[in-house]
Amino acid sequence: MNILVPVKRVVDYTVKVSVKPDGSGVDLAHVKMSMNPFDEIAVEEALRLREAGKAEAVTVVSIGPPAVQETLRSGLALGADRAVHIATDAAAEPLAVAKLLKALVERESPLLVLMGKQAIDDDSNQTGQMLAALLGWGQGTFASKLAIGDGTIEVTREVDGGLQTVELKLPAVATTDLRLNEPRYASLPNIMKAKRKPLEEIAAADFGVDLTPRLKVVTTEPPPARAGGGKVADVAELVAKLKDEARVL
Amino acid sequence: MSDAPRRPSPEPREAMEVDVVIVGAGPAGLAAAIRLKQLEPDTNVVVLEKGSEVGAHILSGAVIDPAGLDALLPDWRDEEASLGTPVTDDRFLYLGPAGALRLPNLVMPPLMSNHGNLIVSLGQVCRWLAGRAEALGVEIYPGFPATELLHDDQGRVTGVATGDMGVARDGAPKATFTRGMELRARYTLLGEGARGSLAGQAIALFNLDAEADPPKFGLGLKEMWQVAPEHHRPGRVQHTFGWPLGAGTGGGSFIYHLADDNRVAVGFVVHLDYANPYLSPFEEFQRFKTHPAIRPLFEGGRRIAYGARALTEGGWQSVPKLAFPGGALIGCAAGLLNVPRLKGTHNAMFSGMLAAEHVRDALAAGRAHDELADLDPALRAGPVGRDLRRVRNVKPLWSRYGLFGGITLGGLDMWANTLGFSPFGTLRHRCADHAALKPAAACTPIAYPKPDGALTFDRLSSVQLANVHHEEDQPVHLHVADDDLQRTSEHGVFAGPSVRYCPAAVYEWLPPDAGGSDPAPRFAINAANCVHCKTCDIKDPNRNITWVPPEGGGGPNYGAM
Repeated sequence: MNILVPVKRVVDYTVKVSVKPDGSGVDLAHVKMSMNPFDEIAVEEALRLREAGKAEAVTVVSIGPPAVQETLRSGLALGADRAVHIATDAAAEPLAVAKLLKALVERESPLLVLMGKQAIDDDSNQTGQMLAALLGWGQGTFASKLAIGDGTIEVTREVDGGLQTVELKLPAVATTDLRLNEPRYASLPNIMKAKRKPLEEIAAADFGVDLTPRLKVVTTEPPPARAGGGKVADVAELVAKLKDEARVL
Repeated sequence: MSDAPRRPSPEPREAMEVDVVIVGAGPAGLAAAIRLKQLEPDTNVVVLEKGSEVGAHILSGAVIDPAGLDALLPDWRDEEASLGTPVTDDRFLYLGPAGALRLPNLVMPPLMSNHGNLIVSLGQVCRWLAGRAEALGVEIYPGFPATELLHDDQGRVTGVATGDMGVARDGAPKATFTRGMELRARYTLLGEGARGSLAGQAIALFNLDAEADPPKFGLGLKEMWQVAPEHHRPGRVQHTFGWPLGAGTGGGSFIYHLADDNRVAVGFVVHLDYANPYLSPFEEFQRFKTHPAIRPLFEGGRRIAYGARALTEGGWQSVPKLAFPGGALIGCAAGLLNVPRLKGTHNAMFSGMLAAEHVRDALAAGRAHDELADLDPALRAGPVGRDLRRVRNVKPLWSRYGLFGGITLGGLDMWANTLGFSPFGTLRHRCADHAALKPAAACTPIAYPKPDGALTFDRLSSVQLANVHHEEDQPVHLHVADDDLQRTSEHGVFAGPSVRYCPAAVYEWLPPDAGGSDPAPRFAINAANCVHCKTCDIKDPNRNITWVPPEGGGGPNYGAM
């Protein structure tokens, strides 16, 4: 069984982003980029499944400009076997990404697509679900545990107020939540070896998928600055403020 | 508190043999790597960089003298527009508490002119250099600090090892533990920048500073602003000295208008030989922005980034021997900054290139791990030596005669050196920076104004804009050798200067534990805030704090700074 892991290049989670003055989006100039952390968890899980003998090979795929090859190399350095770069300069939206992935799945025939539940840049949380729907496969989202059975996969999902376990027929799509695992470090020797692993580049246009944006960003605003706190003289004033100003009592 | 000693890991390390390993992907290291490949394309060159990406940890003004770029990659001018903004307007101001006096450009020594220089983000320059280096086949590995020098049985340096990853705060391996790697090299070049940790080891081990004056440092703080378009003057460069620093403390400001996005870099340098332990370089910087001649520039603007880094100020007299058995110091690991010009990038690149040329000759002769004997004379006789020698008395004069005497005499000396002589000969640096602090009892506390959150800020909101990130569960990378000494002396005698010199709020003196048995104040180290400026390693009055590289990739992420 082969596992396909789509990975997205996003603003690094340590960066404090700033909104462009014209509100058209987040300023990405000279900002550190790295693999979406949920995708990193997906890569780690795929590697563990391979190491446990449940899968033969792990392929990472990313969609975007040449820079996404860095992200793919990170996936190879973690331990993925090969990488596919679907090249496009267009900013692909979730639906277009799902359609491209569907086309790739039809070529690669993986038994499992394992991917982050969402990307930390647009927080869409759509691509995995759309892909499953387009393929007509089962989906197990927000996974905090995976167990591969005989032609099936058990996915433990993080849902409101608890855990839900679903069993899916393979092939299937699973999306990862934060608690699924803690990804390993890419060691220096493995980063060196990753340079020699196969990375295939395919033009997005070759898949015949319409990448025209369907969404329009109306405005992007930073969260309001926190108003400073104040000191109260005594309990009575505090209670009064909680009642009259904060209206929480 | 100081951490538990690191447990030596029993696991063997993977090793790789290379011709040359270079520590630090700054201008010196990258210039060395590029030069090696230009001279001999088959040389196997690996560059290690502790930042999460090239440029993540580099912080400079920066107005650079493009002489280094011209010598290394003359075609850089084809890409000038993307690399920087030519200086078109150069101003030098003296600030009093309420007014400002502009010095006519005519009285400035010619070497101080910024004509032909370039306003850049040094991080971006390094990323560009890294691209060129990789195109030549240099292997660059960001996120991997070199934490150990490797030695052979004769004590010669035979390479470096990267740090282990996935080590818990108490030194125990975590589930993600990953052993470091050995890079065994015929020659090792240390280009870690000011106060490099391996450079420090090499200097001590091989007595490289035996004939040098004590090293001298400054702390540079910098903010990037987006100013209101009507205040933006692309190409303008302005330096000030004077207020808010008193006459006895050296330092000054810079303001550089970059070309795009209404960006203005503003920074402040405080010489670390200041005496009053109550002085706070960070707050001097904040206060500087409130001067009536400075404040209007930032009205209606927005601060977008912050950073801090120690810089070398010792110059000619303090440069240690560069060559040691098996390698050499390059760039500001050796301290090649020209203080009055506030420029070091060109010297860093020249020193990297020079070291590369000497390494190439040695490799071609089949040598390894020996000393590049001709490197030091060549450095002192070449462009780096010439650049540093003619300004060698400026800093000692400033230290001796304070602001006015120092700058006047320093200016005269630079004019005289332009004509080929110096009335002062060569003045010595008298003491190391940590020894310059006076006991708190002999000094007056300084009351700094509270930050307003618009023009002036506190440390914590500033550190946020340095995009600092460290794995929380790792050994503290700021080693305190003697906790008692920190209490009795750093706190008891010097009133805890670490709280003030640290630009990132790493150090705190906390009241004794309520109800605890220990009545002494507690020294807290918030290592995760560290911006890797190295000031504590320099300024702690007892040299009781040692900075070592934390887990790879940790530290600031300076982006376009």
